[in-house]
Amino acid sequence: MIRAISKNALALGVVAVLCVAILSLVHIQTEPRIEQQRQASKIAILSEVLPSVEANQALLQDCIQVTDQALLGRSSPQALYRWRKDGQLAAYLIETTAPDGYSGNIDLIVAVTPEGTILGTRILNHQETPGLGDKIEARRSPWIFSFNDKTVTDNNASKWAVRKDGGDFDQFTGATITPRAVINAVRKATLFIQQHPELATQPANCPKQ
Amino acid sequence: MSQFKELAIQGLWKNNPGLVQLLGLCPLLAVTATITNALGLGAATLLVLLGSNVAVSMVRNHVASEIRIPVFVLIIASLVTVVQLLMNAYTFGLYQSLGIFIPLIVTNCAIIGRAEAFASKNAVLPSAIDAIMMGLGFMLVLTVLGAAREILGQGTLFDGADLLLGSWAKVLRIELFSVDSHFLLAMLPPGAFLGMGLIIALKNTIDSKLKQKEAVAKGSIARARVTGAAQ
Repeated sequence: MIRAISKNALALGVVAVLCVAILSLVHIQTEPRIEQQRQASKIAILSEVLPSVEANQALLQDCIQVTDQALLGRSSPQALYRWRKDGQLAAYLIETTAPDGYSGNIDLIVAVTPEGTILGTRILNHQETPGLGDKIEARRSPWIFSFNDKTVTDNNASKWAVRKDGGDFDQFTGATITPRAVINAVRKATLFIQQHPELATQPANCPKQ
Repeated sequence: MSQFKELAIQGLWKNNPGLVQLLGLCPLLAVTATITNALGLGAATLLVLLGSNVAVSMVRNHVASEIRIPVFVLIIASLVTVVQLLMNAYTFGLYQSLGIFIPLIVTNCAIIGRAEAFASKNAVLPSAIDAIMMGLGFMLVLTVLGAAREILGQGTLFDGADLLLGSWAKVLRIELFSVDSHFLLAMLPPGAFLGMGLIIALKNTIDSKLKQKEAVAKGSIARARVTGAAQ
């Protein structure tokens, strides 16, 4: 009895060790490639919101963590990249979240100049209704480009709304909540940049990705 | 040869894991919004199934029957993790769009079902063929459902095929018709349930037609209505 049990236990142990060995091998083999893919997809997104700029490793490294639940929508830290042109700070690329989407959070990235002009924005992640709310994606509708070159100033807050609410942005047929949430998130992210001029000089502190 | 033919018929039609055994319904219903996702998950499941059937068949004579289930689970879980790592490394876009459903292949009962019901009792080669046929059968159902939902939902085929096959595959995308507002029911999970039900109904109809034909060919009387035997 004891003999059978210990024999079985040993066999199970051997199989487990074998499986772990195979997994470790595959993990070590694929790790650099996965890392490379992750960085490439990040860089691809960053260069999409920064028109006519070749995003690179340096941009990915010049990153600080910021937290502001009221303006950036999350209680956890989010990344902010600083793009410098000829040593001069030219734009911030800030990750932000619209907490008031139609179904859950909408994560976006916004490229904005220190003065508050939007250079570009893209949706990173969302669960909006396919066919209605997903027109915020660049590949489904050009709507997201209507943010380009818009400016946030002290007295144009009323323009940052869908047309139905008297603003400058189109709503979608059958989906008003989604664009409303995105417009608010982009505006608040820009406000965050304008309210924190010290962001330009903080040392980079993102954990190594 | 006849054994292989039998395995093929079992996997693809008679005992299809999606349509007859109704196993692995969770990924089947969740990821079939587009044909690309369906093919991607189908291929991943096929790969895991093949690996697990071969491995289980190889160890079948060395593992005591008391510990066979934990051993099978270990093998399957390791294989799924390997496939997940490989997809993460080589098809990053697809990995992101399939999301949680890759690790969930572990819980696809079709895999442990084949390990227990077939691979643990048969040699390596028939087990491998069984895995391929069962995997293809599953993939076929995923693909048909994915194609139907993609056409009805957004009027395209192979949308996002570049995520699976690389950027050259963008040319595969076919726009059948373009509409302002999509047919939501087809794209949301209820559409998957309805589509699945219709496909099963279609299979059953074909089966009963075949049966009738066979009965007529054999010369037996095809009754219009068959009542139950008296108790």
